[in-house]
Amino acid sequence: MEPGRAGSLRGHLPMQAKSYIPYLQVAPLAFVFGAFLVIPILTIVVVSFWDYDFARIIPDFVLTNYRELLGSPVTLRTYLNTLRYAAIVWVATLAIGFTVAYFLAFHVRSDTWQTACFLICTVPFLTSNIIRMISWIPFLGRNGLLNSALVGAGIVDHPLEFLLFSDFAVVLAFVHLYTLFMIVPIFNSMMRIDRSLIEAAYDGGANGLQVLTNVIIPLCKPGIAIGSIFVVTLVMGDFVTVRFMSGGQSASVGLMMANAISLLQYPAAAANAVILLIVVLLMVGAMMRIVDIRKEL
Amino acid sequence: MHGRSRPKSFYVLGAFFILFVLFLYGPMSTIFILSFQGPEGGLTFPMRGVSLNWFRNLTEKQMVGDFAGSFARSFALGVIVMLCTVAISLAGGLAFRHRFRGSGVIFYLAIASLIVPSILVSLGIGLQFRIIGWDTTWYGSGLGAHLTWTLPFGLLIMFAIFNRFNKSYEEAARDLGASPWQVIQHVVIPIILPSLIGIALFGLTLSYDEFARTLMTAGTDNTLPLEIYAMTTNVTTPVLYALGSVTSAFSFVIIVLALGAVTFVRWRRARHGSDAGRGV
Repeated sequence: MEPGRAGSLRGHLPMQAKSYIPYLQVAPLAFVFGAFLVIPILTIVVVSFWDYDFARIIPDFVLTNYRELLGSPVTLRTYLNTLRYAAIVWVATLAIGFTVAYFLAFHVRSDTWQTACFLICTVPFLTSNIIRMISWIPFLGRNGLLNSALVGAGIVDHPLEFLLFSDFAVVLAFVHLYTLFMIVPIFNSMMRIDRSLIEAAYDGGANGLQVLTNVIIPLCKPGIAIGSIFVVTLVMGDFVTVRFMSGGQSASVGLMMANAISLLQYPAAAANAVILLIVVLLMVGAMMRIVDIRKEL
Repeated sequence: MHGRSRPKSFYVLGAFFILFVLFLYGPMSTIFILSFQGPEGGLTFPMRGVSLNWFRNLTEKQMVGDFAGSFARSFALGVIVMLCTVAISLAGGLAFRHRFRGSGVIFYLAIASLIVPSILVSLGIGLQFRIIGWDTTWYGSGLGAHLTWTLPFGLLIMFAIFNRFNKSYEEAARDLGASPWQVIQHVVIPIILPSLIGIALFGLTLSYDEFARTLMTAGTDNTLPLEIYAMTTNVTTPVLYALGSVTSAFSFVIIVLALGAVTFVRWRRARHGSDAGRGV
């Protein structure tokens, strides 16, 4: 091959002569997000101003959906309850996720063991959420394993009622479902920490706790932020877990929407969706201030 | 850290990890055991005999609704989503290696797609189709809804792959006269194949188990998660557990197959060296 050709190929072809190629490559991605994310969300915003009766949705511009939603004390209570779930689940998943990630990143020494432990944590995540929720019934129920064990051991004299179909069950299921979303990004951040920084801190006379709070935690902040965004948004939008694990006794924003949808009150559900989206975006925006996600990839 | 004997914290944290694993697997193993209940048994312990009765029940259509049909639909949808996810994320990942206008917008759309609550996507697509007057179907609107969930994961994995990708292999191929397409086909794809299998696994299982995004987008035919959800409200026999065991076992088989494929690719590479650039 003549020397000039290789040079021109490298210099021009990939970057300039074929500059339309990245657009072709990204087109399918842009199409999916446009058609199935952007337009649907715009549709929700538009429909939230529409009117409805028992069977139809009627194109219009009314503020009744928002007025009914924002004027009702139930809405505030439901939002507060959902935020409470999000806060408790966030604290629990962060504590568990950080500890597990720390163990895997700093204490498991061989790569093979690290991969194996990691897979063990990941596998349940790949089966259905609903199945994983159902699996708590024989464990937590009135005649379930836990109650039988507690009664059998004489710790309590009659079965505990609060274990299943309660806020406790909801939070437990959330933690069961979503801790992995905290483990993965924190583990990822920890694996990027230069081990010599930690050695240096020890050599400088820091004790284990000081290394943890002054070196490891600050360097894990991006992972913590990403995991928190996942957990908080998943909990905020959830309705299956709340309906199922509370036995229909607790409310959440997602459940409120799902109920409106099942009653065919689409504009009311849409107005609620818009408010939920704003709340979620504000929360995510606040967390993104801590970390530039794009830099983390 | 090297060379020192294991500190006490290792054992404390190790015990914590084991507890966490028990927490993950304990409940699932109880439904697996309970799905072998005898015909008289109920939803909780004790076991009243051991039988395959509830698994047999799954095959009888009238007992649990359309299990076979919903399984077939979910599996078909999962495979389509898997293929689309691999192809579209790979193309998108390649695009993001260059600068192009709108890359920031697409990136933030991908992030938005991850964090917008699923029920919102479901409601939006359902409303959009209703207003246009199109029917929602599992292979149309359902497929689109699932892709909004799988593509961001696929794309983020692609970013991670290409950040670690050594570009000198491609330059070497170009210097030897390979066309851009040949470079992708014979150099890039073989090198990233294990990660592409990972994306495929993600696509398949995320779609196979997706409930909320399917709720308003699947049309008249149920997918498996919708079927299971319907069953939780009106079925009070261990047939529910049998279904849970079967679908979980299916997911496990898929995971094992995918891991097997990755191991095989790595093993072949270790044995023969990389076949990247051989032009086979």
